[in-house]
Amino acid sequence: MAKVTVDGIEVEVPNGATVLQACEAAGKEIPRFCYHERLSIAGNCRMCLVELEKAPKPIASCAYPVADGMVIRTDSPMVRNARRGVMEFLLINHPLDCPICDQGGECDLQDQAYAYGMDRSRFREAKRSVKDKYVGPLIKTIMTRCIHCTRCIRFSQEVAGVPELGATGRGEAMEVGTYVEQALHTELSGNLIDICPVGALTSRPYAYVSRPWELRKTDSVDVLDAVGCNIRVDSRGPEVLRILPRTNDEVNEEWLGDRSRFAIDGLKRRRLDRPWVRKDGRLAPATWPEAFAAIARRLTALPGHRIGAVAGDLADAEAIIALKDLMAALGSANLDCRQDGAALDASRRDFYLFNTSIAGIEEADALLIVGSNPRVEAPVLNARIRKRAIAGKPFPVGYIGPRVVNLTYPADHLGEGPAALRALLGGAHPFAETLRKAERPMLILGRGAVARADGAAVLAAAWRLAVETGMLKPDWHGFNLLHLFGGQVGALDLGFVPGEGGKDLAAMLAGDVDALWLLGADGFDPARIPPSTFVIYQGHHGDRAAARADVILPGAAYTEKDGTYVNTEGRVQRGYLAVHPPGEAREDWRIIRAFSEGIGRRLPYDDLAGLRARLVEANPVFGTVGTLERRGGADLRGPAGDPAAMGESPFVLPIANYYQADAISRASDTMAECARVYGSGAHARLAAE
Amino acid sequence: MSGGENGGATHAVDEAERREQPAHFAFDEESERRIPDILARYPEAKRASAVIPLLWLVQDQMRRQTGSAWVPKVAMDVVAARLGMAPIRVYEVATFYFMFNTRPIGRYHLQVCGTTPCMLRGSEEVARACRDATGIKAYGETSADGMFTLTEVECLGACVNAPVLQVDLDYYEDLDYESTVRLIESLRRGERPKPGSVTGRQASAPAGERTTLLDVPGE
Ligand code: SF4
Ligand code: FES
Ligand code: FES
Repeated sequence: MAKVTVDGIEVEVPNGATVLQACEAAGKEIPRFCYHERLSIAGNCRMCLVELEKAPKPIASCAYPVADGMVIRTDSPMVRNARRGVMEFLLINHPLDCPICDQGGECDLQDQAYAYGMDRSRFREAKRSVKDKYVGPLIKTIMTRCIHCTRCIRFSQEVAGVPELGATGRGEAMEVGTYVEQALHTELSGNLIDICPVGALTSRPYAYVSRPWELRKTDSVDVLDAVGCNIRVDSRGPEVLRILPRTNDEVNEEWLGDRSRFAIDGLKRRRLDRPWVRKDGRLAPATWPEAFAAIARRLTALPGHRIGAVAGDLADAEAIIALKDLMAALGSANLDCRQDGAALDASRRDFYLFNTSIAGIEEADALLIVGSNPRVEAPVLNARIRKRAIAGKPFPVGYIGPRVVNLTYPADHLGEGPAALRALLGGAHPFAETLRKAERPMLILGRGAVARADGAAVLAAAWRLAVETGMLKPDWHGFNLLHLFGGQVGALDLGFVPGEGGKDLAAMLAGDVDALWLLGADGFDPARIPPSTFVIYQGHHGDRAAARADVILPGAAYTEKDGTYVNTEGRVQRGYLAVHPPGEAREDWRIIRAFSEGIGRRLPYDDLAGLRARLVEANPVFGTVGTLERRGGADLRGPAGDPAAMGESPFVLPIANYYQADAISRASDTMAECARVYGSGAHARLAAE
Repeated sequence: MSGGENGGATHAVDEAERREQPAHFAFDEESERRIPDILARYPEAKRASAVIPLLWLVQDQMRRQTGSAWVPKVAMDVVAARLGMAPIRVYEVATFYFMFNTRPIGRYHLQVCGTTPCMLRGSEEVARACRDATGIKAYGETSADGMFTLTEVECLGACVNAPVLQVDLDYYEDLDYESTVRLIESLRRGERPKPGSVTGRQASAPAGERTTLLDVPGE
């Protein structure tokens, strides 16, 4: 530890900390542009200058290591002068076009110029101007505003793992860009908007839409992948205008994937905003009572075991438990939430969770990925793996799956299918030894790898490999399942799987039920539903399944309801209503609750508090929101399934097109444009070097 | 003057520039012969250090093959692949150093030093002579006959014999308007006058008669 005095305040900071960190520890605010906690230090903007006693000139605090006994001043005439000078230089070539700049109101340059700058410019010469660059459909560039902090360059190189941005030319001719015009090949590009301290990189879809002070800000969680990124939903009136990440070091740090950020225009399109009932073979608009009556007529005439329900990938826990309770009331145990047919074993939580935890990835020292491309399935989680991979200590990564995948970090390709897993199990493959020798080895099993005929065998084999290579220890759980969407784990936690004598999705689609309640279930081909089956579709988008429905009940999207979601780690998180559902659409649990009342089987909760008490009763994990207890792997007994039953067919990755993977993103024009430009996420499948 | 006006170093690849970019580049035999020596100078883990010498090799090969010493974009990609670097990291280096021409240039690269000592000693006359003798209007341009490209450079480190004009790799010093015109004329005829001071002074010794150290004892 080093003792440092900042403006007369004595603080102790670890050796190796920077002067800037010491100043922060003393509660002093240091202006900065190039410095960013999660990026390497560049030290090129000079905004962070402070006075160091006995030093002849001010020092750049972000790049200056502390030493014991240092005396720092952050508020001396020298510092004030230096900041004013730096600011004057930064503004020399800045267009000062705040009135037409989308960054206005949330711009570091604006704020710091106001706080530390001069009130006028002495620069009378012509300013330089820089041609705007094309870096893809999501980012708008106004490069004349760039102050060359190089944050974006470091982000793309270090965090996103796609070294495509750079600074070309020199001196006044320096420009930040890709040199050869191209769209950046990353699913994390939106973060460049947040990280750019000025208005050089802004959101293209959000251009000229709103000013930050006009927005209502609602904290929430993302559900478009299973990471559970913490987000802030910015809305104005009835419209969600943008989504930004919120910092949560345990989950998403401060990043967000492009689909989660930019699919929001999909929330306005193809919405189900009124009930529909099929009459004479055609769907016709209806009222709520008519829709309920149509369902009641059908359901009450059926025995319970001829009714089934399927929970969709984006469903909130509240709706899931309500539907489960309704089915129980109707006497049905035909439930399933595994639309992809994943052979998941819901009998024990650690059979289907990402047990290591996302933050835990940083402690791992070897990784095997089986049948998953985390870059596409969970870009922010993949950034965490990359963070670990470049952290210095060796981090061997093995990968089993299709050959053409670029994970953004080096990985040994061990094979394309179960054969590789078998070789590792026998210990015949050298990578098994790598895993065994590691102290904290981990394995990521893709949900796609168990969504196949021999899925249960693959699951059991992966678990056995985890046991054999020492991934399960009392204080370390290296077995991980990577889910794909925000509603998947919650449904498993609530046991939305066939109960006693219940039928699974395949059986239900094989004609074993006469009525099917789909809760936002758009994950399978509705053509598989037998023509005679009566289909109730409850959801927010006229996506795949709605057209097949006999009754449509308009529900709420995740931004339109207070909902509980469980991420792939098993972390319970809450989203909040940011805007109201459109038209006559309602929060989903209320729809189910209202229907139950109509058929005289009233569900025993009248408000959210009551419903949430029911959630905790169904599974106590719902009692702990936000935090996650780190799991150990004490119980080695594995999931049902026989590893020997694995087949030969290679693993197929579940998400073929990152940008259009769910009902919301499929309705989004922005995502359609991305799919067009990037060729359905092909960049993530460029051959790894 | 800003570096941005330096023709050899403008870097945004716009439409016009794209057209002049060749589709392929491969190191020829001679370059390949020199590469192992260059790579051997750097530890394996620091192979990227060889980026400048390899770009230089590219420029040399282009001079040999096409008569225009420049580094096309595809060649930067070839260098990147050879050194295991991201292409953008090579673009950054190639566009940073003025000695790399990222656009085609004429057969002769006339580089007028415009920094203070040369300026005080008449570099503006040298530049004017270059323009008059080649028909070039401004820095960064190539003459209509494709023979000359004129750029302005910063101090060439030969101020003692200012003003200085660098032609490709050779320095011509102590120039004035007439001697510069004569130099360009002979270049046009395919001659390469002897580099160094055009007034005939030896290296950077004082011009004209010796004026100091006249009374060296024993002489
Ligand atoms: S574009 Fe923004 S983030 Fe990138 S260097 Fe310029 S100011 Fe910094
Ligand atoms: S923040 Fe320290 S130099 Fe930029
Ligand atoms: S100023 Fe021209 S060579 Fe130094």
